[in-house]
Amino acid sequence: MHEIGITQNVVAIVAEYANGAKVRRVLLEIGKLSAIMPDAVSFCFDVCSQNTVLEGAILEILQIPGLARCRQCGAEIPLEKPFGVCNCGSKQLDLIAGEELKIKEIEVDEVCV
Amino acid sequence: MCVTCGCSDDAEAKVSNLQTGTVMTIQPVTETHHHHTHVLPDGKVVTHSHSHEPINETHHHTHVLPDGVTHSHSHDINEVSQIHAKIHGRTISLEHEILGKNNLIAAQNRGWFKGRNILALNLVSSPGSGKTTLLTRTINDLKQQLSLSVIEGDQETTNDAEKIKDTGCKVVQVNTGSGCHLDAAMVEQGLQQLNPPLDSVVMIENVGNLVCPALFDLGEQAKVVILSVTEGEDKPIKYPYMFRASEIMILTKIDLLPYVKFDVQRCIEYAKQVNPQIQIFQVSAQTGIGLDNWYEWLSKKAISH
Repeated sequence: MHEIGITQNVVAIVAEYANGAKVRRVLLEIGKLSAIMPDAVSFCFDVCSQNTVLEGAILEILQIPGLARCRQCGAEIPLEKPFGVCNCGSKQLDLIAGEELKIKEIEVDEVCV
Repeated sequence: MCVTCGCSDDAEAKVSNLQTGTVMTIQPVTETHHHHTHVLPDGKVVTHSHSHEPINETHHHTHVLPDGVTHSHSHDINEVSQIHAKIHGRTISLEHEILGKNNLIAAQNRGWFKGRNILALNLVSSPGSGKTTLLTRTINDLKQQLSLSVIEGDQETTNDAEKIKDTGCKVVQVNTGSGCHLDAAMVEQGLQQLNPPLDSVVMIENVGNLVCPALFDLGEQAKVVILSVTEGEDKPIKYPYMFRASEIMILTKIDLLPYVKFDVQRCIEYAKQVNPQIQIFQVSAQTGIGLDNWYEWLSKKAISH
């Protein structure tokens, strides 16, 4: 259940950047090959954000599909798992997308007279 | 009068151009959106649009910040009259790596090891695979040739650290409490306590868990995954992240092969499928079978890392 630690990191980073302002929305980018379950992060988010400036904020998660490049023939192959076989028969694949774990953007309240 | 922003939406409003004498009547607002501009206390100008929809409907609008960034948000029209004049949502683009802090400390640890010519290995496995048994045997067999010390990770107890200590080796226990893996900061603190000598080997025995430790770089030179024949041979494809992240796999308890249903060849195929580069040693820490290959790898790695 590493998601709770990950989510605590998210809350800490966002709170630091919000600099005291109330956070309305957090957009995360989580790759499908990152071994992070978005549902678990969403579950943890409500708990971890309590009594912080993130309490009540909307959590949006953008999932990035897995993609690898074959070292042998250079083909790009969509991946559901962090391994696979290229059409050329090679298993030597370099992951080029799907391992993302980022806070893309946050929306905070701002005084606007 | 719109309570939201003070603009007029009745038919009496008009614009008079004193230069030309033109008087224009402002038509009642028939469309549901209008645009207006706010000047922030610091002088920034924010333009946004919002609707004049009937009460109780959600209202959605968009801001364009001076730097060209556009953002939009919505809120209930009821709250608008109280808060909208004062508060807007501002979107901050972060691109912040969530594990960035861990990775930074891991990089510091890696530099620390390098500066002292220390080989650090991160031993990972499921609980009960025999990491501690393999480690104590390795220490006892190699302590004349290699200077070894250990950071022992477990959720609770110092049981494993006590076993390591009995070999005469320096050991520090890190208890992670509710945590399911070691992180780079724990290793950093463990290293301060351990104070390993120059030109030595530090074995970091991670918490028994084939999932979470794969994500956390500790600053080690290599992960060593340990799998026992009392587990399923399909572990590499069930937990591919860990086997992908590891440089070598040690298949342990092979003395038990006559008594368990475990297809070694299939297990090796699965491991290679996930990680074609992975090196595999088959060993028994009880009988000593196969340990020479592991010791040879370890001794070479200690010199060449």
